[in-house]
Amino acid sequence: MDLSFTPEQVAFRAEVRSWIASALPPHLAAKAAIDAPFEMPEVMEWHRLLYKRGWIAPNWPRELGGPGLDATGRAILSEELEQAGTPELSPFGISMVGPLIIQFGTDAQKKRYLPPILSGDEVWCQGYSEPGAGSDLAGLQLRAADDGAGHFILNGQKTWTTYAQYADWIFCLVRTDPKAKKQEGISFLLVDMKTPGVTAKPMLTIGGTPAFCDTFFEDVRVPKENLVGPLNGGWTIAKALLGHERTLIAAIGGSTRAIQKVKRIAAATKKDGKPLLEDPVFRHRLTRLEIRLRSLRMVYYRALASAQLGRAPGPESSLLKICGAEILQQIFELAMESMGLDSLAWFSQPPVVPPIEQYVPSRYSYLRATTIYGGTNEVQKNIIAKAILGL
Amino acid sequence: MNFDLDQDQELLSSTAASFVKRASPPSRVRKLREDPLGYSPDLWRQMAEMGWLGMLFPESAGGLGRSFVDVSLVLEHLGASLVPEPFVPSVILGGLAIARAGSAEQHQKWLAPLIEGRTTLALAHDERDSRFSTSRISTRAERDGDGYRLHGEKVFVLNGHAADSVVVSALAPAGLSLFVVDRGAPGLKATPVSTIDGRRAALLALDGVRIGADRRLGAEGQALPVLDEVMDVAAAAACAEGVGVARAMLQMTLEHLKTREQFNTKIGSFQVLQHRAVDMFIETELARSITIAACIKADDKDPVERRAATSAAKAQLAISGRFVAYQAIQLHGGIGITDEHDIGLYFKRMQALNTLFGDEDHHVAQFAALSPAP
Repeated sequence: MDLSFTPEQVAFRAEVRSWIASALPPHLAAKAAIDAPFEMPEVMEWHRLLYKRGWIAPNWPRELGGPGLDATGRAILSEELEQAGTPELSPFGISMVGPLIIQFGTDAQKKRYLPPILSGDEVWCQGYSEPGAGSDLAGLQLRAADDGAGHFILNGQKTWTTYAQYADWIFCLVRTDPKAKKQEGISFLLVDMKTPGVTAKPMLTIGGTPAFCDTFFEDVRVPKENLVGPLNGGWTIAKALLGHERTLIAAIGGSTRAIQKVKRIAAATKKDGKPLLEDPVFRHRLTRLEIRLRSLRMVYYRALASAQLGRAPGPESSLLKICGAEILQQIFELAMESMGLDSLAWFSQPPVVPPIEQYVPSRYSYLRATTIYGGTNEVQKNIIAKAILGL
Repeated sequence: MNFDLDQDQELLSSTAASFVKRASPPSRVRKLREDPLGYSPDLWRQMAEMGWLGMLFPESAGGLGRSFVDVSLVLEHLGASLVPEPFVPSVILGGLAIARAGSAEQHQKWLAPLIEGRTTLALAHDERDSRFSTSRISTRAERDGDGYRLHGEKVFVLNGHAADSVVVSALAPAGLSLFVVDRGAPGLKATPVSTIDGRRAALLALDGVRIGADRRLGAEGQALPVLDEVMDVAAAAACAEGVGVARAMLQMTLEHLKTREQFNTKIGSFQVLQHRAVDMFIETELARSITIAACIKADDKDPVERRAATSAAKAQLAISGRFVAYQAIQLHGGIGITDEHDIGLYFKRMQALNTLFGDEDHHVAQFAALSPAP
């Protein structure tokens, strides 16, 4: 057993770190310094810089534009990006539909869709959930009827379609056979957002930031060649994607950064004339979180070491998702507490609180999403109960 | 990074697993808690024959010089079966103190018979008011001719009722020092006590115990770094045992959920109980993962690295272990409260492990003191 990284891995970490420091443009670095939310054009600006460096798609095979990193290299890259507070990339192209097209798509589909995903020329969003299909995703209703002339005609609604307002394409689970058992009548379809009849209506999140949309489909004509995988075979693909989505999501880098942020806020906040960070009760609570994060980091490293040996990520990725999501929430809860009355401020212009505190209330609110998206923590627990504990 | 056991370690772990399964099922605790000694000298010798009692000590001290990770593999199985033989008091507490601070002659005198399973040891350090501190003690070592006289009282000395020799911490004129006192020394009074986990310890009263200078370990006043290391390693040892305890409780609880029927169905089919079991699994994995890190770092040359890793793990064990123990009892229902069911023995062992060598608050504070400034 060995906890240390190889000299090559240590060097790679240093290389990533110094590249970020020099490549992150000053206007993005200024936002990163105070964890301000990035606008979509800024996210894509960063996307293109990572693309030029060859690091945009860590999980893709080398011949399709991936950097050829092993599991640990990929983890180092994402940990460093998170820890530096760089814009969080849209996952829908690079991490979701891209890998699925690689796995299930035709050669023509790979050639058509993968290059613009890599370069950032086309932005994607995900059409899975519907008003009546959340955790019970297989209950989805968006109807795709065969018009007998080479097209599907789509009618219905998707929801929580994050970034749909910016997206060029949406990948959808659609119902192609309404008579079949619910998992068996579903297909996986790629839809151009510019097609007549597609409308995305953005909603604000409780963080006060635009993130997701309702997306409506009214007699939308989609060519049959946009089908990925077999007709009515979409559920298998959807499950593969949920696996990808959960694969080693633990937000370790983001939580590490957030803990540092709480410390900086608490060091600059006075309680009884002394820095709050020195208050034993506060410090105790903070340290318990630090220790829990350290424990989770070791679970993560164990999963990584296992992946490094070529073992498939198992249901333990559900554990990482559950704990990672909870810890990030708990850290921001403590950040809010450390701010005291400053935590009441909501996007005030000009700012009335120190810059480092400015976006904490928004982030704190939005992060309630982490235990919901990617399969709720309760659904993850169902998975562990069945797949690991045999209950 | 690599978390796989090598071939030697696999063998060690599977040997330990089958040994404890054959020789020491958890029900032994129920018999031995009525026994004045509380363990079996015969089993102790068998542990010596397997090489376990010398694993931790450097070859220069007659040991095998294996890593603490290797020792932790044995400890996890000892924990999982609640084995009551005084491994930690003898090897980790008394033994490591002698190995670190003692001379070659002293190694020969006290470690050699321990490694052969002929003796057991103890460490008498904690006092009524010391509360997990390695330095805040009041036992004194007064110079007396070419030797010393020891005065003071030590509490809850693990294996103190039976140890052939006891390492005693005391304040000498030059500061914190360690001495070895043999059982039956004039002025030494041991009052045996029973502990919550069915084991034995002793309260030791030292009333002018006369010892020669050859029983001082290392230089006078130089004991603090030794005690710090011993307590850190003991904390890691408690974590390794505790992970064994937690994993056993999880397994027993899962077994119960899969067999117990109510409302005409297995109770494990109820989602509220499934999720509770998942929470137990998560806490067990968190404690297990950070314990691996602590065991790797227990040998670290840098005392800050060692202490941060072991304190973090011990605090997490307290949090996770307590949760797992409480839920294990809860999910067993009424039978979990009865003395005849083993789950209660595990519950009480976990409680003891969470207190020994520093509780949650102690280790959280100790970790906080080492954690870097923002």
